[in-house]
Amino acid sequence: MADLRINLAGISSPNPFWLASAPPTNTGYQVQRAFEAGWGGAVWKTLGDPIINTSSRFAAVHFNGQRVAGFNNIELITDRPLEVNLKEIAETKKRFPNHAVVVSLMVEPKREKWHEIVKRVEAVGVDGLELNFGCPHGMAERGMGSASGQQPDLVEAQTMWVKEAAQTPVIVKLTPNITDITMTAIAAARGGADAISLINTINSLAGVDLDSWNTIPHVGGKGAHGGYCGPAVKPIALNMVAECARSPHIHIPISGIGGISNWKDAAEFMLMGATGVQICTAAMHHGFRIVEDMIDGLNNYLDDKGLASVSELIGKSVPRYSDWGDLDLNYQVVARIHEDNCIVCNKCHIACEDTSHQCIERLETSDGRSYLKVREEDCVGCNLCAIVCPVEDAITMVEIPSTELPMSWNQRQKAIGSMGQNEAPGAKEAV
Amino acid sequence: MNPTFISAESISRNFAEVKAGMKPKEAVEESNRCLYCYDAPCIKACPTGINIPSFIKKIASGNMKGSARTIMDANPVGATCSRVCPTEELCEGACVLNHSSKPILIGNLQRYATDWAIRNDQSLFAAGKSNGKSVAVIGGGPAGLSAARELARFGFAVTVYEAKEQAGGLDTYGIVSFRLPQDISLWEVEQVRKLGVRIVTNTRVGADISAEQLLERFDAVVLAVGMSKVPMLGIEGESLNGVFDAIDFVESTKASVRADIAGKRVAVIGAGNTAIDAATCSVRLGADRVQIVYRRTSEEMTAYDFEFDFAKRDGVEFRWLTAPVRIIGDGNGGVAAMECVRMRLEEKDGKRHPVPVEGSMFVMEVDAVIKAIGQTRHLPLVEQLGLAHKRGIVTVDNETNRTSDPRVFAAGDVIFGEGQGEAMVVSAAQQGKQAAYAIYKQLVELQEEPT
Repeated sequence: MADLRINLAGISSPNPFWLASAPPTNTGYQVQRAFEAGWGGAVWKTLGDPIINTSSRFAAVHFNGQRVAGFNNIELITDRPLEVNLKEIAETKKRFPNHAVVVSLMVEPKREKWHEIVKRVEAVGVDGLELNFGCPHGMAERGMGSASGQQPDLVEAQTMWVKEAAQTPVIVKLTPNITDITMTAIAAARGGADAISLINTINSLAGVDLDSWNTIPHVGGKGAHGGYCGPAVKPIALNMVAECARSPHIHIPISGIGGISNWKDAAEFMLMGATGVQICTAAMHHGFRIVEDMIDGLNNYLDDKGLASVSELIGKSVPRYSDWGDLDLNYQVVARIHEDNCIVCNKCHIACEDTSHQCIERLETSDGRSYLKVREEDCVGCNLCAIVCPVEDAITMVEIPSTELPMSWNQRQKAIGSMGQNEAPGAKEAV
Repeated sequence: MNPTFISAESISRNFAEVKAGMKPKEAVEESNRCLYCYDAPCIKACPTGINIPSFIKKIASGNMKGSARTIMDANPVGATCSRVCPTEELCEGACVLNHSSKPILIGNLQRYATDWAIRNDQSLFAAGKSNGKSVAVIGGGPAGLSAARELARFGFAVTVYEAKEQAGGLDTYGIVSFRLPQDISLWEVEQVRKLGVRIVTNTRVGADISAEQLLERFDAVVLAVGMSKVPMLGIEGESLNGVFDAIDFVESTKASVRADIAGKRVAVIGAGNTAIDAATCSVRLGADRVQIVYRRTSEEMTAYDFEFDFAKRDGVEFRWLTAPVRIIGDGNGGVAAMECVRMRLEEKDGKRHPVPVEGSMFVMEVDAVIKAIGQTRHLPLVEQLGLAHKRGIVTVDNETNRTSDPRVFAAGDVIFGEGQGEAMVVSAAQQGKQAAYAIYKQLVELQEEPT
């Protein structure tokens, strides 16, 4: 059994699985149920001036029979008075002293407002604060949430105001609705943030009802953009976490959020630099009990890898994440089809034929049996065939030993520059 | 050339497991189809209460070890049960998708996960810290193993006494190989042994060691001795060569094959699951013709529907409303034929009783007769232990499985009958667990309570 405890900027928790600030962490009842189920921490649903929510708030994108591939919401921050929340936070922390209780905050971008709420919240004994600079709807129109999170100067200033008053670690939660998330991450760090968490939800419209022509969801026939999350956003979130993790200007821990549904997703985020993870949609889909497999699966994975602590995962893949210009242009893989496992659905053929490099041939043996074969000399190693292949171990991508030394685009350009000529030395012709 | 010749090799092939395990793609698709219901009806339908959605979710997430552990935690013979449970009557029958789609193939997924554990040689549990108490388990079948496993996890020093060469009981010897290969049961035995449980084989309690000795040496005893031989039919010719006890017959096919049935005409008497096993075994041993002879109809037969279907697909014939009267010898000590009488069902006290039809005697030409008309009880042992019983069926408290002697608990087939218990392997496993929990409560928990 590996040690699953984490310490994120001074906030410790028995495992890396925290509930994100969202509907599951609205009340003490819910957070305590979550802790009983095994969650290591929770970020309390954003406190601020309580708002009125709309009826009809969520929508989901189902994909080919699987429910909730993506999830969209137009719910806002807490709908309950601050006093009630503070009382329940205190109770929860008292019952679960070893769990991480972090409280999400959102107020108008005014120094005294931030000071006031930070002091009131810290007075009840929380482990940390998370600043909600990410909520993309409703609050943004009032100058809060992602409206401030999209402006690096506002992120920096508000973080600074919070840090002036805060005694506990401050996590800044970032919006992905921005061109380059490292800009706001750097601003948060400049403002003194102890950690960043990302991503918040992505602007979205889940769908349109083809009978009524209403938006999905709609509120009495009108819709507005919501925030998108769930399994579908994981690659977007993972990239943003990785970009922050590898940025030479960001040296604070990351709490990874975005489409994490199981222990594998969590391990990927940690390998890409997250110290811990936050989860919402998967819990909303299945209940708090999903954490049982997350803990068990992660534990078994670490045992298999011979790792004593989950912290040994953090950032291990970050050095492998780079810029396109650093990739070796002479590295070559080709697809190989294993006839024993191939079910001859011809999906690889048509994908390659119509949309890639026309190198998978349909052949027949002398006794009339169909089979597929890659013309390796024409294969560019794009992976498409292996991606569309529905069976395991039928197509593998095999590395072809290169006759050339490794050469990246950047190295190539540098070499050209130093030689003062246009010919690329030792690199294949760019396509 | 003898037209009935069947090679040992093809017999062996006939005894290989009939159903293939799920392929990885199948398992991934099926596990992702599971709704992961909350308070799921499949869990309630499982006598051992396996957290089915949880083990399926773990297959979906790639946590195979966790999946196998979830199964085996609730059911120490979970690998066997994945193959022999009447799932359509239990978990799969309760699946909510029965109403809107097709039920999840829970049994196959359970097999997929436990096969993984077997293949990867995983130890899933550890013995508990010694609590200084000891328990003897009489019988190493599913009930006994289940009790022993749980007791070892509670920190008891456990000794299992097994009359046969290997433990596993019915799972090792009594279920046809083509449904349950012996390796599976023996792996489960090994899992229990690895927890430090002493398994003393070739030792029959009551003969090699007395019941009294056990009661003296151990703090508690679990009686999980199962059932005994098939009873005598009480008809002429029963002692001829070629008349077999179905339990012995199935057992004889578990570790190796037998060549004496090839080309023979076989009659199996009875229509329970053991009868089906004996009949399908006979077919696979190369029998020329196999007939199940039963004095009632298919309505009353106790074999599971899937077993019945399986036998029909194997070409087994069914002679309903037929009872044997005598077995006729061939003059050389073997069987030549069986005389039977036709029956009819007569309504009496709301039940239908079989009654012979006068003048309906006929002779069925057979070379072998296999008796599968139930099993007798280990009455002498039950009496040596001095336990309250009804015709050898030990009386127990439903929740604790405690017998009339507070030091003795009973589980499995030894308590099945007279409206008590269930005949399934999975029920035996649960009863073994219950006995272990009750022993823990009685010998450890209650002793620790401040007075």
